[in-house]
Amino acid sequence: MSQEIDKKETDKKEVGEVTTIYNEFETWTWTVNMGDKTIHAKRMAGFFRTFKDRAQLALWLPFFLFPYLRWNDKQAILFDIDHRQFHFFSLTVLPQDIWMLSLLLLVAAMTLFAVTSVASRVWCGYFCFQTAWTDWFTWIEEKIEGNPTARRKLETAPWDADKIKKKGLKHLAWASIALLTGISFSIWFVDAFDYWNNLIHLQLPVVGWVVLVMFFLGTYILAGLLREQTCIWLCPYARIQAVMNDSQTILPTYDYTRGEPRGKIRRGGEVVAPQGDCIDCFQCVQVCPTGVDIRNGQQLGCITCGLCIDACDSIMDKIAKPRGLIRYASLDELSGKPAKKMYQHPRTLVYIGIIMLALSGIVWGLTHLGSMTLKIMHERQPLFVSMSDGSIQNKYDFKLLNKTDKDFQVKVSAEGGVKDQIILGAENNPMIHHGRGTSFTIFVKAPGKFAEKDVTPIKFRVESMDDPTVFAEYTSQFYAPKK
Amino acid sequence: MSDKHSAGDVPTTGHVWDDDLGDYINQPPKWWMLGLTASAIWVVVYWIFYPSIPVSNANGFFKGVGGWTAINEMEADKSVVDEVRGKYEAKLKDMTPAAILADSELTEYVTRSGKVLFGDNCAACHGQNGVGTHDKQGLFAPILNDDDWLYGGKIDDIHTTIVGGRQGMMMAHKDMLSEAEVDTLANAVAAGKPTSTPLFAEKGCTACHGEDGKGMQAMGSANLTDGVWRFDSSVEGIKYTIKNGVNAGTPETRVAVMPAFQGAKLSDAEIKKLAVYVYKFGGGQAEAAPVVVDAAATSEVPAASAVQAAQ
Repeated sequence: MSQEIDKKETDKKEVGEVTTIYNEFETWTWTVNMGDKTIHAKRMAGFFRTFKDRAQLALWLPFFLFPYLRWNDKQAILFDIDHRQFHFFSLTVLPQDIWMLSLLLLVAAMTLFAVTSVASRVWCGYFCFQTAWTDWFTWIEEKIEGNPTARRKLETAPWDADKIKKKGLKHLAWASIALLTGISFSIWFVDAFDYWNNLIHLQLPVVGWVVLVMFFLGTYILAGLLREQTCIWLCPYARIQAVMNDSQTILPTYDYTRGEPRGKIRRGGEVVAPQGDCIDCFQCVQVCPTGVDIRNGQQLGCITCGLCIDACDSIMDKIAKPRGLIRYASLDELSGKPAKKMYQHPRTLVYIGIIMLALSGIVWGLTHLGSMTLKIMHERQPLFVSMSDGSIQNKYDFKLLNKTDKDFQVKVSAEGGVKDQIILGAENNPMIHHGRGTSFTIFVKAPGKFAEKDVTPIKFRVESMDDPTVFAEYTSQFYAPKK
Repeated sequence: MSDKHSAGDVPTTGHVWDDDLGDYINQPPKWWMLGLTASAIWVVVYWIFYPSIPVSNANGFFKGVGGWTAINEMEADKSVVDEVRGKYEAKLKDMTPAAILADSELTEYVTRSGKVLFGDNCAACHGQNGVGTHDKQGLFAPILNDDDWLYGGKIDDIHTTIVGGRQGMMMAHKDMLSEAEVDTLANAVAAGKPTSTPLFAEKGCTACHGEDGKGMQAMGSANLTDGVWRFDSSVEGIKYTIKNGVNAGTPETRVAVMPAFQGAKLSDAEIKKLAVYVYKFGGGQAEAAPVVVDAAATSEVPAASAVQAAQ
């Protein structure tokens, strides 16, 4: 009982404070974000703020740091475009196996789809580089120029020394991040330490400079100047993802049944009309990094970052109302329909099925990389040559790819084909170099009397001299004159 | 000027079409004006830098201050290719064809790059990849990828053939032999057993084709016992050859002439490359025994091992 009284006491005090939040709103009115005004969002602490901070860092800190990892004296993860190889610790993937990349991209796309169908734009809100970099850029902006009110004031202020200093400092900090972003991107594709060395000595190749400048400008313009306009007007995923939401998808939603009719809270708590829980404090709007009013319902501008939930919850705490006026909820839940189970969401199950298929493809691919691949091209002109002793000779172009990390010699044998055939051309056991293709010519000569069919299948086997488990097979044809 | 959307304070040109259509006199956006200005500057710079004025006079034409020409750009691109080829070309310039053949790296280079050279100079008669060409009388130029060679299939023989050309030679026998004799000889030759008839020696065929009918490399006379034919393997075709000869000076005679390629036609290095290229078609004969020098082995594999393998 005494606790309740205490609570009421605090309520009154809090209500008095809450009304001051209207003051900060007076200088600013909300309009639809048309891109004509810079959004200066307020930063408020809370669960989703913390989650967003950590999620962004967890995904993107590795982007900056991983290239410096070394493994066996080489860069651990390197998309070596120059040498057409992809290094991942001990694993080397050559372009022939790049089909797995398409499966990986499929997994990524389907994961995006599945997550979006369950919980809306999770990627946009907590992980996307656009929103992450924008978040860091505006954090710097706040540190240098002050809170949103101060920033709006500074924008209209005359260009005095203070403004020049603040703006200059901010743009310098932005440019530094943009530059670091460009460098960090580049060093996924060339050796990180070589790159820094070349960069410091201004000896990057032209393509290196182009990439760096493009990423510098791209980061600076997209995260510094365009910000949420990118999400609203440029980003295709924003549009694609909107289609994946349905009434079962949970996303940050304003509970209109509870909040409406909204009305300003009054000093002393006097009530002049029936009023919902929304006190029209505009905190949810002020914290929104894309400048939407979540109370207008689902909309394209919303990246579902949950910052409005933090803002609303903090207000609900202050006016002693239960949290969750804005919360992760589905449209079904808001309209009072019974919530369906996850397995009743067939679309998500289809996405998960595709993910599983693609993943098993990748696993199969990685476990069946093999150590050597063989492609054989039969000479087409002429298909066969009649030799003076009446035998028939066929010419084959062997193309081998050694995927191990050692050079080795090979022997060539064949199964099938024509009786008494001999294989010419591999007597010296050709050396197969690692990490690149090697080709050589093989002739197969067989007595004409045994070449009964005009086309006879012949299966070649190329085997390492050092290790018989390293081999490759390919079935080609032996051509002979029609009889 | 829609009724639904207020025009605000923006003034119009004053002219009104169709009752309610007017033109705003808004300034174009600044970014657009900047783009337009930049484009204009770009045009001026471009016209000065590149040969862009399509007018010529007695002194030539306007070349642009940049000195760019399409030919120069092509030459620059070509020099990249020449640089890659240069090290091989410099190496094989002073080598004998046999030495090139012994060097697997150079052999690989020649077999990969020789296609154009062969296509430009040889394929007209010998066909692409040396498959031979036919005219209505039979095979017009020999197949180069089998192992039957009139003038020898060793690398130096092939080289000599390209350098000096070859001219086949066989008398026309239509006035010397009766129809029955021609018939007997042609059937024996078609069966691959020319010596089975005494006529072969009596009529002097052995003078060129040898006692055993296997031909003589020095004269370029054909081996009549094997399965490869210079002109036509049918009995009728063989009879035609016996009657009319080869390059015998009559209009009916078979023609077998290969021009010399040394001098004006090809450089020494090109001839050497072609000799190796032709050798590698699959019919080239090694000095000792048949050996196909491995094309993929690196230069570390010494030529000696190729000889070993041959033995």
